Amino acid sequence: MRRSSWGLWLTAATFLSSALIVTAATAQTAGSDDLVKAQANAANVVMPTITYDNQRYSTLDQITADNVGKLQAAWTFSTGVLRGHEGAPLVIGDVMYLHTPFPNIVYALDLNNDGKILWKYQPTQDATVVPVMCCDTVNRGLAYGDGKIFLHQADTTLVALDAKTGKPVWSTKTGNPGKGETGTSAPVVVKDKVLVGVSGGEFGVQGWLAAYGINDGKQVWRAYSVGPDSELLVDPEKTTLNGKPIGADSSLKTWQGDQWKIGGGATWGWYSYDPKLNLIYYGSGNPSTWNPKQRPGDNRWSMTIFARDPDTGIAKWVYQMTPHDQWDYDGVNEMILVDQPINGETRHLLVHFDRNGFGYTLDRATGELLVAEKFDPAVNWATKVDMDKSSPTFGRPQVVAKYSTEHNGEDTNSEGICPAALGTKDEQPAAFSPDTGLFYVPTNHVCMDYEPFRVSYTAGQPYVGATLSMYPAPGGTNMGNFIAWDARAGKIVWSLPEQFSVWSGALATKGGVVFYGTLEGYLKAVDAKTGKELYKFKTPSGIIGNVMTYEHGGKQYVAVLSGVGGWAGIGLAAGLTDPHAGLGAAGGYAALSNFTALGGTLTVFALPSS
Amino acid sequence: MNKTLRAGVLAAGLCLSAGMAYAIDDGSGDPTAVKSVDGKWFDKNGRPTFKVEEDGTVDWYTYVGFTRYSANCLRCHGPDGLGSSYGPALADSLKRLDYVRFAATVAAGRQNVSASQDLVMPSLGNNKNVMCYLDAIYTYLRARADGAVDRGRPEKHAPKPAAFTESEDKCMG
Repeated sequence: MRRSSWGLWLTAATFLSSALIVTAATAQTAGSDDLVKAQANAANVVMPTITYDNQRYSTLDQITADNVGKLQAAWTFSTGVLRGHEGAPLVIGDVMYLHTPFPNIVYALDLNNDGKILWKYQPTQDATVVPVMCCDTVNRGLAYGDGKIFLHQADTTLVALDAKTGKPVWSTKTGNPGKGETGTSAPVVVKDKVLVGVSGGEFGVQGWLAAYGINDGKQVWRAYSVGPDSELLVDPEKTTLNGKPIGADSSLKTWQGDQWKIGGGATWGWYSYDPKLNLIYYGSGNPSTWNPKQRPGDNRWSMTIFARDPDTGIAKWVYQMTPHDQWDYDGVNEMILVDQPINGETRHLLVHFDRNGFGYTLDRATGELLVAEKFDPAVNWATKVDMDKSSPTFGRPQVVAKYSTEHNGEDTNSEGICPAALGTKDEQPAAFSPDTGLFYVPTNHVCMDYEPFRVSYTAGQPYVGATLSMYPAPGGTNMGNFIAWDARAGKIVWSLPEQFSVWSGALATKGGVVFYGTLEGYLKAVDAKTGKELYKFKTPSGIIGNVMTYEHGGKQYVAVLSGVGGWAGIGLAAGLTDPHAGLGAAGGYAALSNFTALGGTLTVFALPSS
Repeated sequence: MNKTLRAGVLAAGLCLSAGMAYAIDDGSGDPTAVKSVDGKWFDKNGRPTFKVEEDGTVDWYTYVGFTRYSANCLRCHGPDGLGSSYGPALADSLKRLDYVRFAATVAAGRQNVSASQDLVMPSLGNNKNVMCYLDAIYTYLRARADGAVDRGRPEKHAPKPAAFTESEDKCMG
């Protein structure tokens, strides 16, 4: 029985030598019921989000606020790829599994041997997919389950590799790069399925999330973000928005004609899973095009939080954060599942830091909206989210006309909109510590001018229709902050200014330390309670990867990918200038290219042996 | 600093601040605008070029080039033609690249795939959002290459010529 074999392995891991662990780990066939248990063993990192709840919290506590100052680089590994390195490796037993951006190499590294390469998988992909990727050729990581490593390649090939040998077990094509569909996000294994999403919001794709059988790679369901009910996988009577059924044709009614067919709603973020409620959570991205005038209506269900049954794909509830987007505020950022008391009652919460600058707290069982507050005071496109349950606009943002690119119209430059299109926070995931009850959020502090104009659709070609200029938020020159957030009060507890956007996923640990990376390339450790900087180390390149931690041979390690790129590499390589600064302020803000250059490296840290 | 040198520096500064008092050859040669057809400027060789007035007002095509470049090219080539972490800075490239090669590269794309990098420019030949504005994008980047237009959105621009609207409608369909 799978469950007991995992239990046996977990027990065995405590007693057996590490050489035996790898044999045990690859010999058993862990289904994903077992992943629920396996994620609890903090020595391993069996999924890209560390745990299903996306808390990015590790119970490892050898590295503490008191000793983290002594941290040292233990070993490093060059990926051989230059472009932006997002995501983080997995660790299962004695093996680390590491991915790269296009060409999407997968390495299995031997932790008993300073990262010696056990196997390497390099797919053959047509290079014409490269320019179809919106913003650099990133990949956010691998999934593990049933003795296999799952990779969603740039060209939308989903491949299952034998974790022991790296040999493909099966592969299937999930999308069509010819019409702008690409793979960038990390899959997630839920029970006997592997779930993948799609990128391509800037190419007019019809976004979807799909589930494939982990044993045979056969598609089980595919749920679109926009379109007819049959494609959305909703039940008009049972799927709810703010506690009420969404009704028939909930998406079609909010699009003109058949615009939904190129309507966007990509799903390239992170996916979380609540095994007790049997629900998966994720967000959909921007409606296509960026010119709001060309797509009247609410454009449902772009910019939406989805709660779906992983067995059938049917949505239980939806909540659209930014109806009729006018700023490219994709809703794909991670959904963090926490249980916290509110008014003396423990609530099962979903906390989400959206690109649009609002931090949302919802009841994850029902989709009830509890809190929506700005997590950067610079946010100005909306005054607030209407929290009056009796109001017809309950749950909707109160948009400020001055910053509405729809209101100001085509060929008009709307100035001073905060945040910029890259959002107050992008895909780089936040962390949560149950010890402090706080969320640790990497943020952008950047504003923009936005001018939409007429655009024509051609399959496989960029479908954008707006010109943007981005610059630091008024009143300072820092383009990022690393903040601690109280999701129940909707308040910032502390905020650390950073020169550049913080584009690295955070990690919280039981040792009372929170880690994150910076675009200049620093790995930083701060005190979880106060934010006080305890340690920093300059890695070889800017960090857009996520910090992770694991234990091997009884010792705790911290690892992070460096390798600048992604949106950050586009917008910041040349430095940002403020078009509204007077002539006296001539000269751009310091360019990122003065601090760092390309190149993918994994740096692994440990405390010195005493 | 002696008086003569100081005067020379001042004069050079005045020349630069007055826009293009003299022109440096770029990939297409001398960019000086010599002729206007319905608000669209050409150099002596008949190549599209920019026209910047003394008060900084740019011609309509340079302005539209800025907006279309930013919408369609910035994602790889960075803001203001300055390059990204992987896309070349076109404000530099156009110092060497001439109009014909520029247009051919945009239409056909370009691949530079090796063991160390995967640089791929798509073929944009059937992308109306680019091809209908090809001359405008070229004009804007040429102005950037020649230093005639600074970073960011040009503050003042000439009015939209009727001929532009007509050809835009025809091209975009």
